[in-house]
Amino acid sequence: MATTAEGFDVHTEDHGHHDADHKPGFFARWFMSTNHKDIGTLYLIFSILAGIVGGVISGIMRAELAEPGIQILTSSIPLVGVGPGNMDAALHHWNVLITAHGLIMVFFMVMPAMIGGFGNWFVPIMIGAPDMAFPRMNNISFWLTVAGFTSLMFSMFVPGGPGGLGAATGWTVYAPLSTITGSPGPAVDFAIFALHLAGAASIMGAINFITTIFNMRAPGMTLHKMPLFVWSVLVTAFLLLLALPVLAAAITMLITDRNFGTTFFEPAGGGDPVLYQHLFWFFGHPEVYIMILPGFGIISQIVSTFSRKPVFGYLGMAYAMVAIGVVGFIVWAHHMYTTGLSVDTKMYFTAATMVIAVPTGVKIFSWIATMWGGSLEFKSPMVWALGFIFLFTIGGVTGVVLANGGVDDNLHDTYYVVAHFHYVLSLGAVTAMFAGFYYWFPKMSGRWHSELLAHVHFWIFFVGVNVIFFPMHFLGLDGMPRRIPDYPEAFAYWNGIASMGYAIMAVSVVIFFINIIYALVAGKKAEANYWGEGATTLEWTLSSPPPFHQFETLPVIEAQGHH
Amino acid sequence: MAGTKNHDYHILPPDIWPLAGSLSALTFTSGMVLFMHEMANAWLVLGLGIAGLIATFFSWFSNIVKEAQEGYHTPVVQLHLRYGMILFIASEVMFFVGWFWSWFDFALFPSTLSDVVGGQFPPKAIEAVVNPFDLPLLNTLILLCSGTTVTWAHHSLIHGDRDGLKKGLWLTILLGMLFTSIQAYEYMHSPFGFGQNTYGSAFFMATGFHGFHVIVGTIFLIVCLVRAYKGHFTPRQHFGFEAAAWYWHFVDVVWLFLFVVVYVWGGWGAAYH
Repeated sequence: MATTAEGFDVHTEDHGHHDADHKPGFFARWFMSTNHKDIGTLYLIFSILAGIVGGVISGIMRAELAEPGIQILTSSIPLVGVGPGNMDAALHHWNVLITAHGLIMVFFMVMPAMIGGFGNWFVPIMIGAPDMAFPRMNNISFWLTVAGFTSLMFSMFVPGGPGGLGAATGWTVYAPLSTITGSPGPAVDFAIFALHLAGAASIMGAINFITTIFNMRAPGMTLHKMPLFVWSVLVTAFLLLLALPVLAAAITMLITDRNFGTTFFEPAGGGDPVLYQHLFWFFGHPEVYIMILPGFGIISQIVSTFSRKPVFGYLGMAYAMVAIGVVGFIVWAHHMYTTGLSVDTKMYFTAATMVIAVPTGVKIFSWIATMWGGSLEFKSPMVWALGFIFLFTIGGVTGVVLANGGVDDNLHDTYYVVAHFHYVLSLGAVTAMFAGFYYWFPKMSGRWHSELLAHVHFWIFFVGVNVIFFPMHFLGLDGMPRRIPDYPEAFAYWNGIASMGYAIMAVSVVIFFINIIYALVAGKKAEANYWGEGATTLEWTLSSPPPFHQFETLPVIEAQGHH
Repeated sequence: MAGTKNHDYHILPPDIWPLAGSLSALTFTSGMVLFMHEMANAWLVLGLGIAGLIATFFSWFSNIVKEAQEGYHTPVVQLHLRYGMILFIASEVMFFVGWFWSWFDFALFPSTLSDVVGGQFPPKAIEAVVNPFDLPLLNTLILLCSGTTVTWAHHSLIHGDRDGLKKGLWLTILLGMLFTSIQAYEYMHSPFGFGQNTYGSAFFMATGFHGFHVIVGTIFLIVCLVRAYKGHFTPRQHFGFEAAAWYWHFVDVVWLFLFVVVYVWGGWGAAYH
């Protein structure tokens, strides 16, 4: 750091809250927090709650898709179905479910857990900082995320499209489905504002992380000595900062088209629905890297720890993430191959998209090379990390298939795409989250989870999610379109299998909750460095849980520092 | 060592405004939905939301100013604020990228399907556009001029000339208000309406968001002027002023792009009003 305490009176004497372990009262601590670890905990709890909502919605969807015909959507259970007899409302409700599932999982489950949760908890600690650069702004990032989620929940209880409640646009909120003709009710406006609120939260979070990482590294910790998880959050924060405002502009245009008579996406006034898709995916493609990059970082820490080796090719790993981030901004139209792009444009986007496989390959092979010759220990985080590498690779190679504009003409909007992005997200990002959770849970809580249950959780989850999503490749190749609640008999077999997979996965989630409760009630106390000599980053130099304010004297990183 | 902090970072006490601000933001957006759909209590909810947001902004920034005056803003904390402001402006730039993107889309690929556009830009329905070399050029000069007066204020501040600081700020604020007034006059006498076609939509939204940013920048400068009268800012530490100046220059640069792309190039070939 460039600065020292010389000549500055920072008034430490009259602020009792600077005491390392003096915690504020309950309300002040959890509702007015300026502590990065407490805010990280809030984010993780929020993410789990949002994940339950999003997961229950996918349960309703898998139940409906278990066999051909409409069964569940016409049931009389509130929120699950709309009652018998009204098929239009039932179909509308289906679209509400897929919309809510997508938006919740992306904006209110994965992002809060990865960036808000683990990022908040461990970025400051890993760089040897006492807190984030802007502790108050950190807190409003969290509460604005809650506000966004609340707005999305409001949207489900007010009129949306013809015949039903809720926004029924898909998570992409495409015009003209989302314009006033497609969705006259206020539901879409609530959903759009949910994105505005969550987006503002994420932009402020991004500013906070970038500032923290650039300015608050401990003496001696150069950028090239930062743990890869910190690198991953740094790149993610830049993607958030530059991509989200474009989404904000696009959905603001939607709001004014819907309510104030502009014609950005209204063909009668010369507007262009495809323009919405360009703007959306200019945000949307960086967004998918926003969701996966922190996972890359987590996996790098874990693989290194349990191989008892520094990560293979550290600099290559760091700059591979930078490359993925940069190239991620110039590939967006591969989501739009069927909108009538010219062949030349499709060729460019095909080539640019496939380039991303190179830095991604660098990462996969470097993880394998890290393990090569390492002293491997198959503790639960490592098993989850290995699961991640395997599953993410599957999602990655189907991504290369879909990158081809010609192939995508056939596969666009089929279940093949659904299989692809669930392999990189539900099986990639979520697996990385569980890996990170078991890696750091004793550090955060001070208590051990059951390693046995964590392993059982992994295996049941691994079987469950593969049974759900692998058959979707077959369904997609056979031509089953996504976003439909009913389908021909020909698709019944693999859909039935996928729905059984959901039940298996649900069991694993129950085991996860049992494990958390067990740890909090009866878990034994965790030491400072419970993973042993492979765990070399700074969080392992602190007690478990760390003091309320850590590093009141900044740590000094030696010249031959670890990664 | 508990209780002693041996670093220059700013560790903050718990604060209610993040939660209050988020609730206000949700109240505001919900009020907007009620207003747009002409539902009951729209103005009440909207008003509560706006009041809450204003209270949040006021208290939040007052606290920052207070902390600065109390000496919490060590050099490294000032560096944080600099990074934060630059990154915020970067995100604002990307916000305007979205609006320029739609403008270029409409201008370069005018719709042939729509009768009001008829494959040309400005669209058929636009009988005349604002003459860019009339009031918009004057506004360009006003903003450029305000960029120099804010630099005058900055130099005066650095050289300990408090009088020059106040004069420079006064001039900048007046020029900013003059810009906003001329923009409002131009809107009222515009030969085309808001919305209805791509030109009217993209023109008013892009220039309107710019105008909103000018108003925010003017308020920011007014806060600086009030602080200058209260004796805040030293030649060495005056980040609040610098942030306002950076923001002002950002707003200025956006206008230059708007002037060239929207007013001059975008209206090329159309009849001037």
